[in-house]
Amino acid sequence: MSDDFKGYRDPTLSLLRSHDARVWSQVILHTSRGDFSGLILPRSETADAEHVVLKLVTGYNIGIHHTTIQGITIEGRKEAHYQIPEKAFPYDPAKPRVKLFGTGGTIASRLDYRTGAVIPAFSPGELYGSVPELADICNLETEKLYGVFSENMGPEQWIGTAEAIAREIERGVAGIVVGHGTDTMHHTAAALSFMLQDLPVPVVMVGSQRSSDRPSSDAAINLINAARTAATSDIAEVMVCMFGPTSDQYGLLHRGTRVRKMHSSYRSTFRTLSDIPLGKIDANGVTPFRKDYNRRREDKRVSLNTAFDDRVAIVYYYPAMKPDIIDALVANGYRGIVIAGTGLGHVNKPLYPALSRAHDAGVALFMTVQTLWGFVQMYVYETGREIMELGVVPAANMLPEVAYVKLGWALGQTDDLAEVERIMLAPVNGEITEREPHNGYLVFQGGIPEVDEFISQYWK
Amino acid sequence: MSRSQHHPHDPRLNEPPPLYGSLTETAYRELGLRVGLEIHQQLLTERKLFCRCPAGLYTAEHDAEILRHMRPTLSEMGEYDGTALMEFKTQKQIIYLLKNESVCTYEMDDAPPFELNARALDIAATIALMLGCKIVGEIHITRKQYLDGSIPTGFQRTAIVGVDGALPFRGRTVRVRQLAVEEDSCREVSDRRHTRTFRTDRLGMPLIEIVTDPDMHTPAEAAAVGQLLRRLTRASGLVRTGAGAARQDVNVSITGGTRIEIKGVPSLRAIPRLVHSEAMRQRSLLAIRDLLSQRGVTVAGIGTRSVDVTPIVRNTECRFVRKAVDNGAVARAVALPGFEGLLGAPTQPRTTFLREFSDRVRVIACLDELPNLACSTHEAVTLSSSEWDRVGKACRVSPLTPVLVVWGPAQDVDTACREIVIRAQDAVQGIPSETRQALPDGTNGFERILPGPDRMYPDTDEPPIPLADARLDVIAREVPETPWDRVDRLRKLGVGGDLAERLARHAAYPLFQLLCRRLDGKHFGVQDLASLLLDRRCARPALPGVDDSWWERAVDRLVTGEVVPEGVWCGGEIPPASLSPAKARSLCRRRLAALPSGGPQDRVARVGWIMAHVMEELRGKVAGRVVRTWVEEALA
Repeated sequence: MSDDFKGYRDPTLSLLRSHDARVWSQVILHTSRGDFSGLILPRSETADAEHVVLKLVTGYNIGIHHTTIQGITIEGRKEAHYQIPEKAFPYDPAKPRVKLFGTGGTIASRLDYRTGAVIPAFSPGELYGSVPELADICNLETEKLYGVFSENMGPEQWIGTAEAIAREIERGVAGIVVGHGTDTMHHTAAALSFMLQDLPVPVVMVGSQRSSDRPSSDAAINLINAARTAATSDIAEVMVCMFGPTSDQYGLLHRGTRVRKMHSSYRSTFRTLSDIPLGKIDANGVTPFRKDYNRRREDKRVSLNTAFDDRVAIVYYYPAMKPDIIDALVANGYRGIVIAGTGLGHVNKPLYPALSRAHDAGVALFMTVQTLWGFVQMYVYETGREIMELGVVPAANMLPEVAYVKLGWALGQTDDLAEVERIMLAPVNGEITEREPHNGYLVFQGGIPEVDEFISQYWK
Repeated sequence: MSRSQHHPHDPRLNEPPPLYGSLTETAYRELGLRVGLEIHQQLLTERKLFCRCPAGLYTAEHDAEILRHMRPTLSEMGEYDGTALMEFKTQKQIIYLLKNESVCTYEMDDAPPFELNARALDIAATIALMLGCKIVGEIHITRKQYLDGSIPTGFQRTAIVGVDGALPFRGRTVRVRQLAVEEDSCREVSDRRHTRTFRTDRLGMPLIEIVTDPDMHTPAEAAAVGQLLRRLTRASGLVRTGAGAARQDVNVSITGGTRIEIKGVPSLRAIPRLVHSEAMRQRSLLAIRDLLSQRGVTVAGIGTRSVDVTPIVRNTECRFVRKAVDNGAVARAVALPGFEGLLGAPTQPRTTFLREFSDRVRVIACLDELPNLACSTHEAVTLSSSEWDRVGKACRVSPLTPVLVVWGPAQDVDTACREIVIRAQDAVQGIPSETRQALPDGTNGFERILPGPDRMYPDTDEPPIPLADARLDVIAREVPETPWDRVDRLRKLGVGGDLAERLARHAAYPLFQLLCRRLDGKHFGVQDLASLLLDRRCARPALPGVDDSWWERAVDRLVTGEVVPEGVWCGGEIPPASLSPAKARSLCRRRLAALPSGGPQDRVARVGWIMAHVMEELRGKVAGRVVRTWVEEALA
């Protein structure tokens, strides 16, 4: 019954009910502004309860306020059918086998123009229909693990994904692609980097910044790039594969422990911070930018460690922050706190006693930098030295979000704070680097003539 | 063996189509001509529609370029829309030129839309009310997909504001199907081979689109309705003027034909010729279909094979083929049995059926250096006779069967051959549904396959926007008068005939309204005022706000008879006082008496010479025509 009036609430619901004017009915609404003829569509849950939505014969939708409706004539009904014809993904024994795990985000979709619905395309057949180029690259299998917006991904999903990937590697696969929403792709990438070590094959995370229903979407190119990387690259690491520039030119492969989403909407939002990416990917294949990466192996072994204790918090310091925040975390049973401090890793003096109390309570405390780029260096200023004496451990140049994930992973393995510190500071795969090259931080300012001149010469 | 053409007996195919201007209204009605208009008009706002960039900032330079490609989206039926598939086949690289002052991350499709420009919506609703449309209760923004690259997102955001309006036209009504508010697209800079370049300054500017039903039945009517709509939007004072601010597309069909959309119509004046050409093209294509049917040609029967003929043309003397082949091009041939005598059949003025194939090859296969096809039955000399013979043999057809040869890079030539076959199959069915491009000579060329009816789906990035009664009431109070209501009002006031129409359009109209109230109708009435304001002899500009108080004083004196209109014409700061008829006559006599000697003998010239002499003293104080009658009397 509820589907007959899908999305409509009172007062509009009662009006439609009283006329038995259900969704998918072809009607004429007689209103104070004249007659409007069309198909009643479902109402979106986020829209108000005051209007009826009609699809006109021209394909446009309009809304009519319920108080203006004086009468309804029903002319017929048009059911919606979500029938998706299946095309089989072509199998080629000469091509490598790639497994795509879906966690959420829509890497490909199709449109039901009748209803305006955007329907995710996920099975190999559906993906083949949307992105036929995939069949030139690999034999693709797909498995949906989760269907969540990426802000709802968390330790439970990280663990589930790591386990599924490990299982697949043990079956024997050329590479793994993980479809993921972009908002927390870098968190998951970090988690997988710790939970899956000594990978024999690439694990490539991919998403799209622009919804895949639109012609301009980066989805298809990202997916093609990710599949090609998974199938052919010899970089056996957890990577994020997304656009390099905002132009359709090449994708970049970012190590999972140093990548971050840096803009709320640009296609080129993912960047490797304080280092250079692993390489680039385009129609010609993968071009590595460096030599120090884990290489592909023929065996099917991987080291799986899915420990995680989620009683960890990131505290983003701001001026005049009060100590009660730290005390509250401790009182609520948090075992680890990652601080994103200012400058080289600083917080204000009033916090010191609280930090001391936290340390005494056995809470693991680590310092990272809000500036994102650069090393924590707490010897330079007295402030830093004092904070270290309280028991806060500098986390070198680990990104705050990566430190949070790693601390949760470390605390999931041991209660011993010394051991936690050892785990945190022993780099697994680049989350701490020994040095930062000049080209690790290239954030240039627009408006400067030579910069604008440079940009104008390339598709960026 | 000689090659002869089978001349079809159908006069529609034998004779060149009648030129524009030679057909009567009846002839168009017999054809069943139906024309509809889609007017795009930029709105006068400071900012763009979905972002806060300034509107109307056009530039010729750019700061940066970005590169994109467009991919079609699968529909729920598992198929691609014809247009989308076509655009995808062209494999175009699309380059956007950006200038930091006029575009932001929204236009680049790197940020979601901002809130809809409320002023633009109010203007759209205002014009919708002027057209008598029913206004919707809630605006729902829709995505209309375009894969030609003219919009970086691949779709245009558009929303219906009003439906079912009406335009009074020559005693009947032209129905206005809908009025929508939408964002403008990029300006094309170039389109060469596989690269298309756009400038983004215009992108995102607010537009209204007014769509009429196909209620016009002759080319001239279509232009006249276009003019009327132009006048209406101008009358609102809320739209941009200037080059490119208003554009129009025309939809044309004849009985048995197909609705064809002609885009890029450069001006309203160009409409009649374009409509006529298209009607003639459809007429010819229907004749071709009939003939193919008589000959038993079917879609299934048209072979899809093409044959490699590169070795045959390798040493041809045909310059354009030779040059391409020397540079590594391949050449393939497609035979079209059943099409004897048809490729040279006239379709539009100065155009033949062959162009339909050439256009597809140009647009879809991107072989855009013309000529891009050689035809065995074409009159122009292309390949030699013996080369055609060998091509014909390679295709295993008789020498009389038309064969088309196309050359270029291998992948493009493959696409071209497929498109030739598709167009031949379309010809069997009639007139393919297309969007066509207006050309300067009044003919049109292929632009793209017409999108299916529902290339649209809701834009979920923006919430629906209510247009409540309260807001609509405020808008309704400010709605400007439509041109036809204004003409009616003037007529009721007493301004007659043609004068009412002219004044309604004239910039002087607001001044007229202001001055009207000061008239008493005795010495100087409404008709006189209208005439005066429109009189080209008047040196004083009749624009509102310029000289209102001067005009008011002048009208007051005209009303009392103190001044005559001629005095106002002179434009001096103070119009000279008029003279009573008696005084004027006496002065006239005095001047006549004091005429210098000499002067022209010819009567007409003499009158003019005398008038000049007499009016020296009388100008501006009495009506010239009155003086003229006195002078004529004196001469008689």
